[in-house]
Amino acid sequence: MKDSTRNIQGWLLFTPAAILLLAFTHYPTVTTFFQSLYTNKSILRPRRFSGVEAYESMFSDPIFWKVFVNNMWLALGTIPTSIGIAILMALIVNKAIPGRGFLRMAYFTPTMLPMIAVANIWLFFYAPEIGLIDKVLEIFGFEGNNWLGNPSTVLPSIIVMTVWKEAGLFMVFYLAGLQTISPELEEAAKLEGSSRWNYFWRIQFPLLLPTTLFVLINAFLNSFKLVDHLFVLTKGGPDNASNLILYYIYETAFSFLDISYASALTIFLLALLALTALAQFFFLDRRTHYR
Amino acid sequence: MTYRNRIQTSVELIGAYILAGFWILPLLYAFWAAFHSSSDALHFDIFSPLTLDNFREAWSQAPFARFSLNTFLLVSFILPGQLLISTLAAYAFVRFKFTGANVAFALVLVQLMITPEILIVQNYVTLSKLSLVDTISGMGLPYIASAFCIFLLRQAFKSIPKELEDAAELEGCGTMSILWKVYVPLATPTYIAFSLVSVSHHWNNFLWPLIISNSVETRPLTVGLGIFAAPESGVEWSILSAATLMSVAPLLIAFLIFQKQFVQSFMQAGIK
Repeated sequence: MKDSTRNIQGWLLFTPAAILLLAFTHYPTVTTFFQSLYTNKSILRPRRFSGVEAYESMFSDPIFWKVFVNNMWLALGTIPTSIGIAILMALIVNKAIPGRGFLRMAYFTPTMLPMIAVANIWLFFYAPEIGLIDKVLEIFGFEGNNWLGNPSTVLPSIIVMTVWKEAGLFMVFYLAGLQTISPELEEAAKLEGSSRWNYFWRIQFPLLLPTTLFVLINAFLNSFKLVDHLFVLTKGGPDNASNLILYYIYETAFSFLDISYASALTIFLLALLALTALAQFFFLDRRTHYR
Repeated sequence: MTYRNRIQTSVELIGAYILAGFWILPLLYAFWAAFHSSSDALHFDIFSPLTLDNFREAWSQAPFARFSLNTFLLVSFILPGQLLISTLAAYAFVRFKFTGANVAFALVLVQLMITPEILIVQNYVTLSKLSLVDTISGMGLPYIASAFCIFLLRQAFKSIPKELEDAAELEGCGTMSILWKVYVPLATPTYIAFSLVSVSHHWNNFLWPLIISNSVETRPLTVGLGIFAAPESGVEWSILSAATLMSVAPLLIAFLIFQKQFVQSFMQAGIK
């Protein structure tokens, strides 16, 4: 193939994807940044350059700090627990035990549900007095609680629900990781008289480390991208106790119509996700050097 | 030793099933409640009579048939679009190594990080300029170019032996027929894996469709269900269960039938 034909054909084939990516990824990223540097346009006032004013008000906005800290707690509350449960599930399903197909199906099914449906189901468990959890507590003579209406229990309640929803997906990645571990290692460990516990911590867990890193980073990104359940469960309340960054961006832009501030929040979120993704590249690179 | 082993195995088995119970019971409960009246469901009256009233009621309170159609249209717009555009792009990267291909690929990968979910504000502005707000095509458009799909197909295409391509060229195949007759068939597993992951994702997507739709004619199932379930609408619990079941049924049934393929696809898409 001649160089010029190769170039022309290559670029022609790439063009449709390029146009769409530019229009819906690169262009909006750049315009979001510029929006954040200008005030909102209104009938009374044209928009004017305001520099970093939006960022200054962001850093002095208590709600911003609240939703950011909420997001961090959500990540901290869901990720280690769901990784632990996912490893357990993968170890169970990886063995030849009776009903393996059923167990795998049971663990994975919540992953296939939309977050909205999950929220609808859990809404009932958390309902005060009539909900399942309060009913069970009542049987044992404990006081009920308005799980989603109480600022101190709303985030933990959402964390439990998120673990339920996500553990099955992570199980699948660990299952893939376990299948790359040679069965000879297990035989060798058995011959040496090593306990299962020992085999897990000395062999399986270290060999699953790349999977853990991959899951860790994706779970972290997910905890910032997934806010659907807030629309059904709490609307971010009570008093922003369950509000998250992306939901706050949605509220700011589409309820309060403050595009300038919503843009500054978006840039903050993008920077956070970009840093995480860079960390991923860095770690994955290190992993390849090991081999 | 064997005796101890046997006890250990049964304890593990019981543990495995208890865990499965925790994971499946919330769903089974919703399923059970959907077929019982709200008061029976709230009192856990296990032997109370079955009823289909909740489904009838949910069906008449909101146009779930229309929502299903919209979801179906949305997914059938997004998936073929993604496959077509990503196939062409991946082919360009693997076979044509055009000038600037590395920079172009880096720009594609940016989308893995900055997903359309986060750029909701500006993408809404863009779509209103194109007057595509409240249309299914507007809802799908930001997802049509998928960095993830381009990436997966590029990996698959790269593993295809050069000899096959040369042989096809000798047979007189042109650029497009090599793509169609050599590359695409050999990448079938990747196409299936991506398709299942994409359909599940877009069937369940909520935030962007919520923002871009504002009429019954465009709302997909998730948005219809979200509005139906919003705290201020105050629907009865059993009716909500029935509505939820109706919304998730098509995908859930597909998953239960093709369980292995789904799990395998998520696995494949994850490790690449």
